[in-house]
Amino acid sequence: MNIDSKAYGPIEINERQVIDFRSGIFGFSDLHDYALLDAVQPGFYWLQSLDDPEIAFIMLNPYDLRPDYVLEIPDEDLASLEYDDPDDILVFAIVTIPEDEAQISANLQGPIVINRAAQLGRQSISLDPRWKTKHIILEELAEAGSR
Amino acid sequence: MLILARRLNETIVIGDTIRVSVVDIKGDQIKLGIEAPSNVKVYRQEVYDAIQEENREAARSAATRPIGGALPSLKRGTKDDSET
Repeated sequence: MNIDSKAYGPIEINERQVIDFRSGIFGFSDLHDYALLDAVQPGFYWLQSLDDPEIAFIMLNPYDLRPDYVLEIPDEDLASLEYDDPDDILVFAIVTIPEDEAQISANLQGPIVINRAAQLGRQSISLDPRWKTKHIILEELAEAGSR
Repeated sequence: MLILARRLNETIVIGDTIRVSVVDIKGDQIKLGIEAPSNVKVYRQEVYDAIQEENREAARSAATRPIGGALPSLKRGTKDDSET
């Protein structure tokens, strides 16, 4: 199928890449259909709204940033993704890119959780207070290097 | 909005399963004790607001300019769950 994307303009995607966010994403509750795309930069992904081509989020795998990351969210949030096999669950953190690129951050407190088999997704809120909305990526990587 | 006055150690009951008690009052800070079933999500409003605001900022930041080069290269972790 063909879609309009923020990153690449009009592109063709596989229907398996379409993810239904039934409750939307916080602040964007009226947008429900997204496509999961690879970004040019390895390790990064786009979550592209299919309803509004101008809305797209850059994401990364939180385990790449923090190998000690643990997905701790309410059971009912996970249950709402209707998964049978835990291996179908993908976890992402949304990335924010401010003017000062040294301050690029990832939101580990509001993880994006996707069941790739059922193509269902949601944003959850971490129950673990260690995870914040702004983890500065360069700082986390520097700390990981010194650990 | 329903507004109820409560004193220290008094409780309100919501539905059959949720109890909210005033457990401490110090100046303008009130400590609430919340008993609710585990499937009821209880968050501070600020947490919702912060995540909502972070999403908006992220969408704006991804929108305003190309990101090529801005993103650091990630050392791939050992637990790799996000291959698509």
